[in-house]
Amino acid sequence: MTTTSLFTPSRRRVLQGMGAGLATAALPGHVWGQAAPLKIGFQLHRTGIGAAYGRWYERTTTAAAAAINAAGGIAGRQVEILYEDDATDPKRGAEVVEKLAGPSGCDLIMGTLFSHVVMGAAPRAGELKIPYLVCSEGYHVASGALNRWVLQPGITDVRAQISTMAPWVASTLGKKVTMVFPDYAFGHDHRDFFTTAIAAQGGEVIAQIAIPPTETSFTRYFPQIPAETEVLYHVMVGPAVLTFVKELGEFYGTGAKPALFGFIDSLEAVDTASPGLEFLEGSHFWEGHCRAKPADAGEAETAYRAAVGVDDNGASVSDAKDVSTYAHMFSCWETLYFIKQAVEASGYAGPADRQKLVEAMEAVTDLPEGAERPQGPMRFDGKKHQAFGVQNISKMEGGKLVRVHQTTIEEGLYDNDTDYTAMSF
Amino acid sequence: MRAWAVHLAVLAALLAAGLLLPGYHTTNLARILVLATFAAGYNLAFGYTGLLSLGHAMFFAAGMYAAALPAWHWGWPAAPALLAGTAGGALMALATGALALRTAGVSFMIVTLMFAQAFALAILYFNGWTGGDEGFVIPSASRHLFGTSLAADTPRFLAAWSLFALGLLLSLALVRSRFGRVMVALRENEERARMLGINPFAAKLKVLVISGAWSGAAGAAYALLFGYAGGSFAGIQYSILPMLYVLLGGAGTTLGAVLGAGLMFYLTEFASSVTSAWLFLVGLVLVVLVLFAPKGILGWVRARLWRELP
Repeated sequence: MTTTSLFTPSRRRVLQGMGAGLATAALPGHVWGQAAPLKIGFQLHRTGIGAAYGRWYERTTTAAAAAINAAGGIAGRQVEILYEDDATDPKRGAEVVEKLAGPSGCDLIMGTLFSHVVMGAAPRAGELKIPYLVCSEGYHVASGALNRWVLQPGITDVRAQISTMAPWVASTLGKKVTMVFPDYAFGHDHRDFFTTAIAAQGGEVIAQIAIPPTETSFTRYFPQIPAETEVLYHVMVGPAVLTFVKELGEFYGTGAKPALFGFIDSLEAVDTASPGLEFLEGSHFWEGHCRAKPADAGEAETAYRAAVGVDDNGASVSDAKDVSTYAHMFSCWETLYFIKQAVEASGYAGPADRQKLVEAMEAVTDLPEGAERPQGPMRFDGKKHQAFGVQNISKMEGGKLVRVHQTTIEEGLYDNDTDYTAMSF
Repeated sequence: MRAWAVHLAVLAALLAAGLLLPGYHTTNLARILVLATFAAGYNLAFGYTGLLSLGHAMFFAAGMYAAALPAWHWGWPAAPALLAGTAGGALMALATGALALRTAGVSFMIVTLMFAQAFALAILYFNGWTGGDEGFVIPSASRHLFGTSLAADTPRFLAAWSLFALGLLLSLALVRSRFGRVMVALRENEERARMLGINPFAAKLKVLVISGAWSGAAGAAYALLFGYAGGSFAGIQYSILPMLYVLLGGAGTTLGAVLGAGLMFYLTEFASSVTSAWLFLVGLVLVVLVLFAPKGILGWVRARLWRELP
């Protein structure tokens, strides 16, 4: 039996060592000095009710990370995204936050969309003192209900989105509005914020029709729509939306009908040219980011679509039937670039600097349009932990959404008492 | 004596694990023990008495909201909120059980499911008060027990362990009591139990109320320990979860609930670490287990190794 040690190496061991040394020397110089990657945990709705969004949130974030890494990473560190499925469930969401912050060793966490998952996981993020950047559009962050570690820098919240729609609706479509909405929190946000916003424009919500979440047929609700309705505001979501539109079309037939205005949330990941949606022709929708590429789109928009793999109609370049959640998914791209900006400004080096990182995020104000923000310019309110951007109104023409109006950032700003900077860490 | 010694040893081992393991696992263990308390309550109804309920999410959520709503709206501290949660689960079980227990078997399962669905929809409907599907965060001031914050790893674990220990020892005492034998008699042959002079309706209602109290305490503890209450906890999956824990660990065994809850939790953790199709893997393991150990792990132990296992 022969033995070798560091002090009496065999010929084979010496040759192996020399080979390894030569191979290492041949590596590019930047690999030598590379710091450990910045690990970003992504709380992903891979399964559950948010799966359609999750699929595109993952693609968008992967594309953004690749773009950032190709340009040198964040503060010289490559970005590594660790996706963890939360099943769109608040209990699992909290567990995922613990896992990403604990054994996975992430520097920060991002990406959560559904409001109930954000609400369920945010307390744990606060207790673990890890920055938690959500892409949810819920008002929960700006309302002050959460904690100092939760921010929403990549998408405008629903209160601002809804409020910015009212001036255009009142001046263009009409002032007597009937609202049809699902009878739970998402629908109630629309009911409350739009009713206030349209009243400020001299308009009036003349009927509020709440649809129970278990409803599968809507015909019996339509007679409740007052005849004098000028605008029908609808925000139905989920699989029943196709039935809703079809039955609404059958109710009005070819006769006179009010102008229709809705939120594209109803039709995210759904082809707007689908059979049954013909009744929506000529109607208008809110879009956070225009699914169909606008004629005047700039370089940033073109580059973003190419990077994520989305064609000019908002579908996957590899499968035209795989329609994206285009109105929302930009938030992942822009959140990752916001992280880059804050990490580089704060000199963040590791988990011990997390508080410094949040303070750097709170100090951000202007977020100009560009490759980092293809959706448009944004303004970040450090007290509310919330970004405010431009919103779009599109018209359905030939089964395709065409932008007809864009709001300003200022139209979406509002005052409330939220000041996270006064809250302790 | 041996049974008590084994149970105390299990509690000691869980306590040691919670205090010695890193913070991540301490929190996991706290969550497992709260869910195991829920499953232990379910086990009393299903495992020992044969009441196949699909409505226990209602008792869990009733306890959660009975604790969380006073904390949210009126700033109640944790101790009275926890008691309110336990009472909430028990009262909900009393009210629904008084009606549902007029049925049996599959009908009982369907009626409890319908009650639970109605309760879940009521939470969404009264969104202004309950926070609806979005839920709400429990104020940190209400998450203090005896002056200690339940948001910290060790106090949270100790609170969860205490709740579980109390539930486990009471369960053991209950199933070894005369009433425990009545429960098993009702499960095995209700007509024969009736002929022995037992009032099945009253006995089953009593079990359901105890089961509801256990579930309500677990729901209240979950809200107070993890800082959130929401409508999803009233959904059908939270009626199925305790059933899975009990079936996996061993229905009609006092320790089956914690074994099942722990295995399911770490199976999910492991599966989600190795594949994005983790739900498939978890489902596959459960199918295999049901095929090869239909009485659960401790049911298998009782059949093969220790007949007196309570």
